[in-house]
Amino acid sequence: MKYIEEFQDPALARRLLDDIHATVTRPWALMEVCGGQTHTIIRHGIDQLLPEQVELIHGPGCPVCVTPLEVIDKALEIASRPDVIFCSFGDMLRVPGTGRDLFQVRSEGGDVRVVYSPLDALRVAQENPQRQVVFFGIGFETTAPPNAMTVHQAKKLGIHNFSLLVSHVRVPPAIEAIMQSPSCRVQGFLAAGHVCSVMGVSEYPELAARHRVPIVVTGFEPLDILEGVRRAVRQLERGEHTVDNAYARAVRPEGNPAALAMLEDVFEVTDRAWRGIGVIPDSGWRLSARYRDFDAEHRFSVSGINTREPAECRSGEVLQGLLKPHECEAFGTLCTPRSPLGATMVSSEGACAAYYLYRRLELGTVPAAATTPQEASPVV
Amino acid sequence: MCLAVPGRVLDIGEKDGTRMATVDFGGVQKEVCLEYLPDLQVGEYAIVHVGFALQRLDEESARQTLALFEELGMLQEEFGDPWEQAAAQAGADSPWPFADGPFGGEATAPQHVQEEGRP
Ligand code: SF4
Repeated sequence: MKYIEEFQDPALARRLLDDIHATVTRPWALMEVCGGQTHTIIRHGIDQLLPEQVELIHGPGCPVCVTPLEVIDKALEIASRPDVIFCSFGDMLRVPGTGRDLFQVRSEGGDVRVVYSPLDALRVAQENPQRQVVFFGIGFETTAPPNAMTVHQAKKLGIHNFSLLVSHVRVPPAIEAIMQSPSCRVQGFLAAGHVCSVMGVSEYPELAARHRVPIVVTGFEPLDILEGVRRAVRQLERGEHTVDNAYARAVRPEGNPAALAMLEDVFEVTDRAWRGIGVIPDSGWRLSARYRDFDAEHRFSVSGINTREPAECRSGEVLQGLLKPHECEAFGTLCTPRSPLGATMVSSEGACAAYYLYRRLELGTVPAAATTPQEASPVV
Repeated sequence: MCLAVPGRVLDIGEKDGTRMATVDFGGVQKEVCLEYLPDLQVGEYAIVHVGFALQRLDEESARQTLALFEELGMLQEEFGDPWEQAAAQAGADSPWPFADGPFGGEATAPQHVQEEGRP
């Protein structure tokens, strides 16, 4: 496809790199918020092509990684019920709950199905009127509108055997929490382009001004990342801190008004726990009162489940940019995509998985093979 | 899962009162909901995530970005460090990531194409 090919152009990348090298005079630490961007960076070695002074810190932008353990446990509990068909995106199958994962629930006889779209789950509900169909609704602002539309459709079409187990999260409060941490080293953000495709950029100017931190909306191709870094470094060198859109081909300042209206109708803002990080105020969505009937937590009364996270996994620090994955003692030994200790290793967008997949030649721990975490993960 | 990918609209229809399209992602075709981009037309590109078109991919903006990058190179040639330019020219023909990059000339397929094959 033309966009992908053109935005991977090595000659242009070299020019952007040259410009970054020519601009930078001091050390700067930038955080790329989205796990998809982390993967582009690690896969193409972008962090190693940048000047030494520019450090990329990986952010918390992986929905699979930040879904709290207790939500996973609720999912496992619901998925184990004989009357339930539990539908989920494939990434969630191997995310460890307390003692097991959805993959194991399925091998024990649970009806767990992988869908590509939440609308597929709604179709399953239409086809199985005698069963309860539950969709695992996780994700950031990019995934929330599709899930919102699906609940809206369920209500409109009167499909009452469908419900959503909701654990949606929002990026701006996470940026706020990162900036408030006393150990925070982040001086600039590469904001997640696809989140902004939906939300627009209106949430960011206030954050940028208050924390005096440039926020550059950035895409996902190698050239996009380089351009995001280039613009952030330019601002930092000049002492500026504004919001800049380096992904204009997919991000309008106003976002997607139809999606925003649907979010407003179906969800309401709530405090959310982030796995490994803890509760961040106003950082998530839950179903609004009008759609409470479609809330799986209420329908299956699992709201009492509370769990503590295992101590050995340091993914909380990884998610906040305080630790690089390979600095975790378990990395590549006790913890691999085949037997993950934490969600950042199991998720294809997780930082630990990115390091494991693309940095193993350096580490010499495993032979290089063209596998993805998904391909590796179904092997028990 | 959080990945959204660009695709091209092949045809548009309706299902359960909802505007739907067939979208092509470099060979893989999927059914996509257009409710959030109701004026998207056949032949246009959009960013698609979990079966929903979320934003039109603006060809004009794409061109502008690429033109800016090109221009950067020219400015660099005009005012830049000749040593860096020589290095840039030496690397200009090498595949991504550059031959002198951390992984040698290792070729990588566009991520989106691989992601599309995911379960
Ligand atoms: S390597 Fe494994 S144990 Fe260590 S932080 Fe990452 S997911 Fe957790």
